[in-house]
Amino acid sequence: MGVAADSQFHVLAVDDSIIDRKLIERLLKTSSFQVTTVDSGSKALEFLGLHEDDEINTNQPSVSPNINQEVEVNLIITDYCMPGMTGYDLLKKVKKSSSFKDIPVVIMSSENVPSRISRCLEEGAEEFFLKPVRLSDVNKLKPHMMKTKIKETDHHQFNQENEKHQEQNELEIGEAESQQESNGNKRKSMEDEALTRQNKTQIQWWPYCRFD
Amino acid sequence: MAAVIQLQRQFIDYTTSLYKEGYLDDQFTQLQKLQDESNPDFVVEVVSLFFEDSEKLLNNLATALQQKTVDYKQVDSHVHQFKGSSSSIGAQRVTNVCVHFRNFCEEKNLDGCLRCLQQAKHEYILVRNKLEALFRLEQQILQAGGSIPMME
Repeated sequence: MGVAADSQFHVLAVDDSIIDRKLIERLLKTSSFQVTTVDSGSKALEFLGLHEDDEINTNQPSVSPNINQEVEVNLIITDYCMPGMTGYDLLKKVKKSSSFKDIPVVIMSSENVPSRISRCLEEGAEEFFLKPVRLSDVNKLKPHMMKTKIKETDHHQFNQENEKHQEQNELEIGEAESQQESNGNKRKSMEDEALTRQNKTQIQWWPYCRFD
Repeated sequence: MAAVIQLQRQFIDYTTSLYKEGYLDDQFTQLQKLQDESNPDFVVEVVSLFFEDSEKLLNNLATALQQKTVDYKQVDSHVHQFKGSSSSIGAQRVTNVCVHFRNFCEEKNLDGCLRCLQQAKHEYILVRNKLEALFRLEQQILQAGGSIPMME
């Protein structure tokens, strides 16, 4: 777990269900990603080295300073419904943190609630996967991780990479330079695309969600 | 050799019936696809976690529904978890019961909840027995020197 490898992407997976943790770990490892799984949002923040109340990364004596220096996290994939800190809360904290706001965050949920999906995308989530998550979903993660590895000036190479991946990423390419802004317009158009895509591929029924 | 072929035939027929009767859905196939030489016991491991988790949840549900004042939010939270885990392994009939169960929680309908709990337990036991039988068949095939047929 400790070595930061350039050739491998490291994903932090957050889920309170042990079954889902095992599943997502296997899916990610099958795709050749390095994986760390934790069972809560607070443990995720702890792993990142981000104290729950802080916006700036500080080296607390209780958290080993080596963890966040040696292990780079290239993507966070988190369950939405978790006791205590929800995936949405975690997303907000990550996006508010100066050190970690550029880490792509993906939300997973067993409930197909359009308002939940749009809320997450508006807050900066890259993708929203319906559970159970499949290999085809995990295959969409690499472009998001490539984005943070490639500097903003390298739009061209980034564009070429993304032509291979036909999904919502396409909307972000032209707006790569506005990545550092707080995502208002981009998220709106992405959100429509995401809802449409979700409608086409995954929406079968509209369950009642009680966690919103 | 004939024994292997017969066992494999049995395996195919049994698996097909499990899907046909709705005990398992495509998610179970997805789990099998994730199993390989480097992770030869993946399916059994995940399913075992599901068994452990389910038994805990069923007990928690029984306790929660026996309280003088039932906390339906708590009950719903357990059912949500059960729905999620069953869906993750492809135990479709269990998942379906959980959907109804959640509706009764929403309505704070004790009777409905108790009935669903019984149904959930029943479906869980059924799928557990069937999966255990399936795993036994797999072991028999392997021990007889055969390989487990890939189901599409």
